[in-house]
Amino acid sequence: MPRPFNRATSSIVDYLRSHHPDTLPFQGQVPGGVDPTDVTPRATTVLAMVYADGVLLAGDRRATAGNVIASRKVDKLYRTDEFSAIAFAGSAAFGAELAKLYRVQLEHYEKMEGHALSLEGKANQLSAMIRGNLGMAMQGFPVVPLLVGFDENRGIGRIYSFDIGGDRNEEDRYYCVGSGSLFASGALKKMYRPSMPQQETVLAAVQALYDAADEDTATGGPDLGRRIFPLIEIITEEGHQRLSEEDVAAVARQVVAERSQEPDGPTLDLG
Amino acid sequence: MPFYVSPEQQMKDKADYARKGIARGRSAAVLRYDGGILLVADNMSRTLHKISEIYDRIAFAAVGRYNEFENLRQAGVQFADGRGYAYDRRDVTGRALANAYAQTLGMVFSESLKPYEVEIVVAELGETAEDDQLYRISFDGSVYDEGDYVAIGGQVEEVSRVLKERYNPGSSLATALGAAMQALARDEGERRELEASSLEVAILDRAREHRTFRRVHGARLERLIEESRGAAGANGDTSGESASGDDTENAAPENPDSDTTKGGE
Repeated sequence: MPRPFNRATSSIVDYLRSHHPDTLPFQGQVPGGVDPTDVTPRATTVLAMVYADGVLLAGDRRATAGNVIASRKVDKLYRTDEFSAIAFAGSAAFGAELAKLYRVQLEHYEKMEGHALSLEGKANQLSAMIRGNLGMAMQGFPVVPLLVGFDENRGIGRIYSFDIGGDRNEEDRYYCVGSGSLFASGALKKMYRPSMPQQETVLAAVQALYDAADEDTATGGPDLGRRIFPLIEIITEEGHQRLSEEDVAAVARQVVAERSQEPDGPTLDLG
Repeated sequence: MPFYVSPEQQMKDKADYARKGIARGRSAAVLRYDGGILLVADNMSRTLHKISEIYDRIAFAAVGRYNEFENLRQAGVQFADGRGYAYDRRDVTGRALANAYAQTLGMVFSESLKPYEVEIVVAELGETAEDDQLYRISFDGSVYDEGDYVAIGGQVEEVSRVLKERYNPGSSLATALGAAMQALARDEGERRELEASSLEVAILDRAREHRTFRRVHGARLERLIEESRGAAGANGDTSGESASGDDTENAAPENPDSDTTKGGE
C-alpha cells in the first residue's frame, strides 16, 4: 500500500493518475497511415427508452472490424451501480475500458464520501471521462455512450446522451447511438409512447434493433441459430436488473416470426 | 538533551499508550451468520461510521481514534478499487488488504513516535461459508486470522467472553445480532441496554450479487432486534443475570482462540 495518508481524493481517476498512471486508458498515440476501423473492433447500435416504471437500455451483440464481424457476442451494456448503467457505441477497446473505469469511479466516490453521486453528478463525471478520450476519438477511436439511471429524488428514469467531446444532453423519451441508430430511431419514433408498460418497451426495443440490423451491416440481429439475442437491462426504483436470456429470446423469436410474414415490420394505420 | 531508552521500553510504552487509547472507546463485534457476515458497533453517530464497505465482498470495522481509522478505511478503498481496476474484481482479496493494513500499522508503530490507537477487522465474504475470513489487525501490525467471531475495542476480553458463551456457528441473523448486542452490552464493565439508535449494524449478504455490503438500520433493524429478543426469550435465556466476572484489567486484547502472526508477514 502506498503511503496514502497525505491526500485523500474521492476520484479513483485522480488516485490512479498519481499512483498507477500505467493503468489508465486514453494516453496512447496511434501511428498514422492505418484505418482505425480495420484494426480494432467497433460496437454498434444501442438504445434507451424512458417508460412508466423507469428506463430501459438495450444493445445488439455485434462488433465489426472493417467489413469483418469481429465478435457476435459482445456485451455493450454495463451496470455501473444499483441505479445506473451505460451502453456504448464506437471503439470497443476504449468503450469497454471507459465503462469499467466509470463504474469504479462511481463506486469509489460513494465509498469514500458515504453517499452516492446525484444522477446529474454521474452524468458530469461521464462527460469529463469522454472528453479525456477526445484525443483518441480524433485519431479514430471514438466512444459514444448512453447513460441511463433511475433518479431516486424524482422517481423517474432518465437518459443522457453524449457526443465525442463530452457534451451531454438529457433525452426525455428515447435515444439511439451507433451506426444503426438512424434506423432504430426511425422505428422507435413510430412505436414509442411515454405510457408504455415494460413488456411493450422490451418489444419496441427488439423491433428497433431488428430494423437497425436489417439496414446496417455493422449491427447484429437476433441469431436464432446460434441462440444469440439482444441484451436488455431495466432500471426502476427496485434497482438494476438484466432481463434473462429466456425472456429476451421469447420476444426475439416472436419478432423474427412476425418479420418472416411482414419483413418490414408492423405497419401503422394512417386512417 | 540526549538520553537512552531501551528499544524494549520504547515498544512497551507505545503499546501501553495505544491500548489505553483504544480502551477509551466502545467495542465492535464481527460474527458469521447463516447468510453471511454481521458487523455490529456500539456507535451513537449516524454519520461517522465505524463499519464500512471496502469492496464487493469485503467490509471494515474499526475502533479507536476516528481520524486514524478513517484514514485507514479510505486507504483501503483506494487499495481495493485500484487493484480491482488494474486486475480483476476477483483479485481483490481480504488477505491482501489485511497484509497492507498490517504493513502500514507495523511501520507506523515501529517508526513514528505515536502509534495508531486503532484496532480493525477486515471481513471477507467467501463464495461459501467455509471461505469466509475474519482478520483482526492490531495497532502494532499484528494480524490474527479469526474463526467465527471477533471482538475489538474497549473491554474486549469481557465482550469476547460473552460472545463465546452466546454465539453459535450457523445462527440466523437475528440470533447473531442478539449475541453481539449482549456481548457489547457488557462493554465498559457495566450492563447497559443497547438500542437501535446506539447501534451501527451492517452485513455482507451472501444472497446478494455485486456489492454484498448493506447497512441495516431504521425499521429493519428494529424488527431484527425484536426478533432477536423473541428468540432469546424462547430459549429461556435470561440475558439479565449478572456475569460481571470482574476479569482484572490486564488490558492485552488477545483472543485466545486465534492464530497469531506477528508483524506484517
